[in-house]
Amino acid sequence: MEEQTEHKYLPNYLEYRGKYKGLAGWLTTTDHKRIGLLYFYSMMVFFLAGVVMGILMKLELISPGEQIMGAQVYNGLFTLHGLTMIFLFVIPGVAAVYGNFFLPILIGAKDVSFPRLNLMSWYLYIIGAIVVLTSQFMGDGPPDTGWTFYAPYSLKTQTNVVAAVTGAFILGFSSILTGLNFIVTMHRLRAPGMGWLRMPLFAWALYGTGWIQLLATPIVGITFLMVIAERLLGIGFFDPAIGGDPILYQHLFWIYSHPAVYIMILPAMGAITEIIPTFARKTIFGYTAIVISSMAIAFVGYFVWGHHMFTSGMSSTSRWVFSLLTFLVAIPSAIKVFNWTATLYKGSINIKTPFLWAICFIFVFMIGGFSGLVLGSLATDIHVHDTAFVVAHFHYIVFGGTGFAFFAALHYWYPKMFAKVYNPKIANLGLFIFFVGFNLLYFPMFYLGMIGMPRRYYDYLPMFHNANILSTIGSWIMATGLLIVIINLVRARRGTGKEVNDPWDGKTLEWTIASPPIVENFEEIPVVDHGPYEY
Amino acid sequence: MSDEKIHISPYKSHIMVLLGLIVLTVITVLITSVEMGPYNTTAAMIIASIKGAIVLLYFMHLRFDQKIYGIMVAIVVAIFAAVIVVTFFDYLYR
Repeated sequence: MEEQTEHKYLPNYLEYRGKYKGLAGWLTTTDHKRIGLLYFYSMMVFFLAGVVMGILMKLELISPGEQIMGAQVYNGLFTLHGLTMIFLFVIPGVAAVYGNFFLPILIGAKDVSFPRLNLMSWYLYIIGAIVVLTSQFMGDGPPDTGWTFYAPYSLKTQTNVVAAVTGAFILGFSSILTGLNFIVTMHRLRAPGMGWLRMPLFAWALYGTGWIQLLATPIVGITFLMVIAERLLGIGFFDPAIGGDPILYQHLFWIYSHPAVYIMILPAMGAITEIIPTFARKTIFGYTAIVISSMAIAFVGYFVWGHHMFTSGMSSTSRWVFSLLTFLVAIPSAIKVFNWTATLYKGSINIKTPFLWAICFIFVFMIGGFSGLVLGSLATDIHVHDTAFVVAHFHYIVFGGTGFAFFAALHYWYPKMFAKVYNPKIANLGLFIFFVGFNLLYFPMFYLGMIGMPRRYYDYLPMFHNANILSTIGSWIMATGLLIVIINLVRARRGTGKEVNDPWDGKTLEWTIASPPIVENFEEIPVVDHGPYEY
Repeated sequence: MSDEKIHISPYKSHIMVLLGLIVLTVITVLITSVEMGPYNTTAAMIIASIKGAIVLLYFMHLRFDQKIYGIMVAIVVAIFAAVIVVTFFDYLYR
């Protein structure tokens, strides 16, 4: 590579000047790396807004009674927090940022198959986000349904549900088009010699995710249209008063929204699977098993949605079938964890910041996973359904899983994306504080749920007070850790830093090219003659 | 790509498909006036499936394309069908 750049100067993607300069250059780019960064910056804005909302909710819950907001504001706030975090951060999440940036590089391609469609996906994402956010200020007040828009309440509330679901509908298109783009890219643009079983496992995770995005998202799109049709035209799909079935709404919503959990977590697992072998200095244990488990999660995860509905009035036969399927999906997830730990076994472990984020991911993901089995089991689910236990569980999975993997991937690929190196000591300190705060924030909620504290209330009985204080303090500690992490990365981005092409001695293709990568990644498409993790 | 055969459909077949879709739409509307209980839904779903199949086979060229695409679509349809079956499993046993 160095020899080639001596002959010809090839601008990197950050300094490249196309038809337009500056902001216009970014807003009209079709370079997958720039689009990845467009997603990154916009998602970070939404993520930080979601964090602020979460901290405000925890502040309200520091003590029984009204503290800083009343019931209606709290209802609107947890709805907006859910919408922002789910639809604007974790669903596009790891796939939209690192998938866009690294998928073509990992498979030895110059870009994705449909670069313009890729840019259009980002615009749809931004338009959807604007519509969702303006729903807070238009019409008759912010939606108070929770991010699930459960019928018949979502049909009867006077708040601005139509705009919010329209925004979610538009966001769905962004997700479908990204999934389609990634699937076609992997089918058509792999480098010569890169057979399917030579693809890095992050790419495989994106492949499974792409299929879920493509097949599941249209269902929630239609469901949202049905909600709009029912609200505006009075067609009786879900409201029993006009002949509808509210449980049908829950079926349709969760047919998408449970696989959506895998849209969030599969790319996260893929990123962790890249990090573990790099820092264990050892080839990944059970490559094929991980590939199969990714596809098995994508497939089985499609048929477990009913575990969100055990107390909804669904038939008892369906309940045990869904419970059984839920336990089955734990198997491929566990296979991944066993493979990561087996990879570490007898490895020459290089303890660096991305690795620390990755093992923290495994820790919190395991707590989330095991608490999920409590919810997947019919008897225990009835005890903890709609309590703080559920909130703790999904924050361990969604934030603990996707959030930790997002930052693990950011610290791993940061030197490649920006050709800058962050301060590792401050990064580790930030992680430590974040990790302590995260557990202090969410772990007490397991206890609160077990003793019966319901979710989605701005007030609670005095018996829940002590654990809520701990949880609120945890939110402050976690936010402090997050600030340290972000400031450290921003300082590194602004600083001069060191330009290094391969700081971790990685073996996948992104570490063979310059940092930051040139516009079309490779001057010549590489020929691949070995697997991705040969140490 | 260059060695792949390109199939160009004649206008006649497109017009036949269009007419077929219009006729099936009219039947979908008319059939609602015949009282068949739950079978009204079944009839509507069957007609919609036939329309979908025609669009896939002719408008989207699946009939003239490589077999692999047909297999991929079949897998997608099978998954979708399984989702429908699992959903209605609940209604059957409720």
